[in-house]
Amino acid sequence: MIDWRKRPEVQWAGFALVALALFALPFALAHVGTAWVRIANFAILYVLLALGLNIVVGFAGLLDLGYIAFYAVGAYAYALLAGPHFNLHLPFWIVLPIGAAIAAIFGILLGAPTLKLRGDYLAIVTLGFGEIVRIFLNNLSRPVNITNGPQGLARIDPFSLGGLDFSRNETIAGVLVSGPMKYYYLLLLVMLALVVINVRLQNSRIGRAWEAIREDEIAARAMGINTTNMKLLAFAMGATFGGVAGGMFSAIQGFISPESFVLVESVMVVCMVVLGGMGNIPGVILGALLLSFVPEILRWTVEPVQTALFGRSLVEPEVIRMLIFGFALVLVMLFRPAGLLPSVVRKRELAERAQ
Amino acid sequence: MDIFVQQLINGLTLGAVYAVVALGYTMVYGIIQLINFAHGEVVMIGAMVAFTVINALAAAGMPPLVVVLIGTGCAVPVCVLVGYSMERLAYRPLRRAPRLAPLITAIGVSIILQHLALLVWSRNILAFPQIIPIRIYTILGATVTQVQLAIVAICIAMMGALAALVYRTRLGTAMRATAQNPQVAGLMGVDINRVIAFTFVIGAALGAVAGVMVGTYYGVAQYTMGSILGLKAFAAAVLGGIGNIPGAMVGGLVLGVVEALGAGYIGELTDLCHVAGVSSWLTERCAADGHFILFGSNYQDVFAFVVLILVLVIRPSGLLGERVGDRA
Repeated sequence: MIDWRKRPEVQWAGFALVALALFALPFALAHVGTAWVRIANFAILYVLLALGLNIVVGFAGLLDLGYIAFYAVGAYAYALLAGPHFNLHLPFWIVLPIGAAIAAIFGILLGAPTLKLRGDYLAIVTLGFGEIVRIFLNNLSRPVNITNGPQGLARIDPFSLGGLDFSRNETIAGVLVSGPMKYYYLLLLVMLALVVINVRLQNSRIGRAWEAIREDEIAARAMGINTTNMKLLAFAMGATFGGVAGGMFSAIQGFISPESFVLVESVMVVCMVVLGGMGNIPGVILGALLLSFVPEILRWTVEPVQTALFGRSLVEPEVIRMLIFGFALVLVMLFRPAGLLPSVVRKRELAERAQ
Repeated sequence: MDIFVQQLINGLTLGAVYAVVALGYTMVYGIIQLINFAHGEVVMIGAMVAFTVINALAAAGMPPLVVVLIGTGCAVPVCVLVGYSMERLAYRPLRRAPRLAPLITAIGVSIILQHLALLVWSRNILAFPQIIPIRIYTILGATVTQVQLAIVAICIAMMGALAALVYRTRLGTAMRATAQNPQVAGLMGVDINRVIAFTFVIGAALGAVAGVMVGTYYGVAQYTMGSILGLKAFAAAVLGGIGNIPGAMVGGLVLGVVEALGAGYIGELTDLCHVAGVSSWLTERCAADGHFILFGSNYQDVFAFVVLILVLVIRPSGLLGERVGDRA
């Protein structure tokens, strides 16, 4: 049998097909409803987060349960520098890098004191860090109002470049392109960039150093790897990804509050990474897409199905949605403990342990 | 001074509850190195079941203590069942899986339990009927209720019983052997599966009692109460050195006291009006308001985590923990 995947022209045709599908997707979704374009946008945001967390958890093996804090830092940085709260309206291409840099600093702030911690101790400290950031965001409205507390920040500037405003609908060449669709393409570009960075990192000197640390920290140090710097770098890189995603979230949503950055969100991103297959980039993307789309699909189907079966809505759709979600997490892990698309290393480890 | 004693008493009460919940985390961790994220939900279910029973019997004219005991008596078996089944269905099949896989199933179990509780007991905050007439004693200018005293006493008794079980019985020896090395313990004739299941059962029973105590102490229960309580208790377990039973007790008490004292004093400590002279702007603000408090008592939850992080930075394996090698 011919292995079609090895033929370059087949590969290129495949790429072209995927690219075409991704390009056409928002138009198809807009046909169903603009809400779905938004859902796709949030799914891509989660892919960005999952890719960022994958650096920390998947590559370097540091379990981070407070990852959403960096997302929050990026989001608040954007909202404060490009919004009415301080009456600053800097353009996004200045604010996004600033937000990413601040998030990176927070990453190092978290990383530095936790260098000596391992495994589950690290998990609880990162979790605590995430909670601390959220509590501060919630309370920094007094005595000096910085974050506006639980009310959050509203009327955040959308992205705009020259005359192109990302929040408005426009008709280009007779086709209606809505605001969310513009963001979709932008997000797609950012995602592509982050995927490339992730892939390049994985096979680089840095990526291999991370893998060595993940497998055995003492051996890695003995091999001459500067584990301190490498771990800090992993935290900083992961945080940067989170910061960028947070800034974009701020702009797309136009409103943020501490509610968006609760522990459950961190846990959700960890689930995406582990469920998809940590350390494996396609797996992580799949995990993020599944965990963001499946609940939405359930949201739209649970209610009609109930009405069709029993004639009325017996149980709140939200409850059923979360129950199915919980069972799905358990079942997927029971049947595929290394994730849906496990990385080669994990697969091998699992096979060894089973013997 | 009386504020100090008052917060110390409140902190010890809360800390005793944290300690009992933390025992559930630490025992499971010590034996199979799993963070049982769903343990907080077990505590919540304990509180909820007790609420239902106490509510139903409140008007029956029985003595209040008997009603609470019956409530606890119903909560414990339910929680034990929940604890046993989650071990059997969600964790046991994953013993040989990568470390993070059972963590995800634990999160899944936690979501399932929370929403099942939502289905049964609704979203509302449930108010426990106040059947116990509160009696107040005064110690050194601070007040303490008999409920607080009872909570501390019960917690100490349970911890004592657990210590006796773990260090004085055959089963306890089997548990400690399994924690040290499951393979070798198995070769010595220990039925590992039974020991692990039993660990979950004990943890769940302790959690159920803790749930009842939290419910009667605060007088309310809600389906989300397990997550924050579980989080604090987990922090307490780590603070003491996870996997270490005396550590969980110490960690819980320390965390409770620190949190209560922190909440009581943080406002005064960060009142910038103590140093009002440093800037004219500050002097004006202080003259107008009297206080310029940087961090108020709503930062209470931060305290627990800041202390946890500080302790772990100085002692990476907790207050009483031993150094253990592990991997994510």
